[in-house]
Amino acid sequence: MKKLASTLPNMILSLGTVTVVAGAILGGVYAVTKEPIARQDAERQVQAIRQVAPEFNNDPTAESREIKLADGITCTVYPAMKDGRLNGAAVETSSNNGFAGEITVMAGFNADGSVRDYRVLKQAETPGLGSKMEMWFRDPAGARSVIGKNPETTPFYVTKDKEQHGAIDGITAATISSRAFLESMRDAYQAYKQFQEKK
Amino acid sequence: MKYWKIIYNGIVPGNPVFVLLLGMCATLGTTSTALNGLMMGLATAAVLICSNGVVSAIKDFVPDKVRIPAYIVVIASFVTVLQLLINAYMPGLNATLGIFIPLIVVNCILLGRAEAFAGKHGVVESLCDGLGCGVGFTLALTLLGSVRELLGTGSLFGISIYPEDYGMLLFVLAPGAFIALGYLIAIVNKIRKA
Repeated sequence: MKKLASTLPNMILSLGTVTVVAGAILGGVYAVTKEPIARQDAERQVQAIRQVAPEFNNDPTAESREIKLADGITCTVYPAMKDGRLNGAAVETSSNNGFAGEITVMAGFNADGSVRDYRVLKQAETPGLGSKMEMWFRDPAGARSVIGKNPETTPFYVTKDKEQHGAIDGITAATISSRAFLESMRDAYQAYKQFQEKK
Repeated sequence: MKYWKIIYNGIVPGNPVFVLLLGMCATLGTTSTALNGLMMGLATAAVLICSNGVVSAIKDFVPDKVRIPAYIVVIASFVTVLQLLINAYMPGLNATLGIFIPLIVVNCILLGRAEAFAGKHGVVESLCDGLGCGVGFTLALTLLGSVRELLGTGSLFGISIYPEDYGMLLFVLAPGAFIALGYLIAIVNKIRKA
């Protein structure tokens, strides 16, 4: 077959066809995958709650509440109730002070306010540096771990931040990412505390 | 035999990274670890094979003057479709590969191969070329990622080889990527000429 000549009608026709076909395919795939993607997202969230929150027998997603903090950040608190008593909570929060975009963290607290566990839900930090936050802040080496520590009694700042008496070792060469992560943990704790008070 | 030669050409004599120096942005940016390099390579290879095939199939229908936008639409569509599908049905893969997929669309290997090869050859040859270049790109990225991960963090594919404290942080960061790539290109050139 001979190649179509570059006349105006030919160009409009062929480029139009290509874009229409591509648009139709994209629309179709989007429609088909929309529901599974939403399901995956919801599942990921429930899974994260289950991993970080203490034992519960309620439905934390249904009983979740949004709490707006003084600094304008909105956290979502998923209470973990055991037989009607508050056993702790999972708190989802995010920070825009990371090195590359938003960092979303799901933090789990025990009833006394100490950190039970955490999951980094979303981050785009430098691979090999800031992206290590998922593992770093649970590493028992030095003062890296935040697990079991209470933000009330332990200053959740990197040790470099002397003014705040920082007590958590930040990720080597990723101080900005570490600060953003710890900021999220502090916010999550504030939200949890407010949630407890309002209760 | 002819097809095998096209595939081989993409892997060694016409390697997209070490010889053609295409896709440097993705190459330098994503190869901080061997696994990241491998993943980026595989994702790009998948799109490259598909886009090469389609570009070659529609090449007679697209007039010369509008071929670039037409090819870009094809490539971007494949990337988006791939991203949606992985998002929906492969959550495990999405966790490791997710951030790399949108980057494929800006990779000039795709447009480069569409222009230089798929726009001039038949569908089967173009698929072979996509496969060869894809494999070549994957190998190059994995190699570069391995070097950087080993020198930077003392591990390989996440397995610790020597203590991380002795690693040179430089190699995890951008300057290390340029240095490592430069030396790798020099070594590959030496081997090719030998």
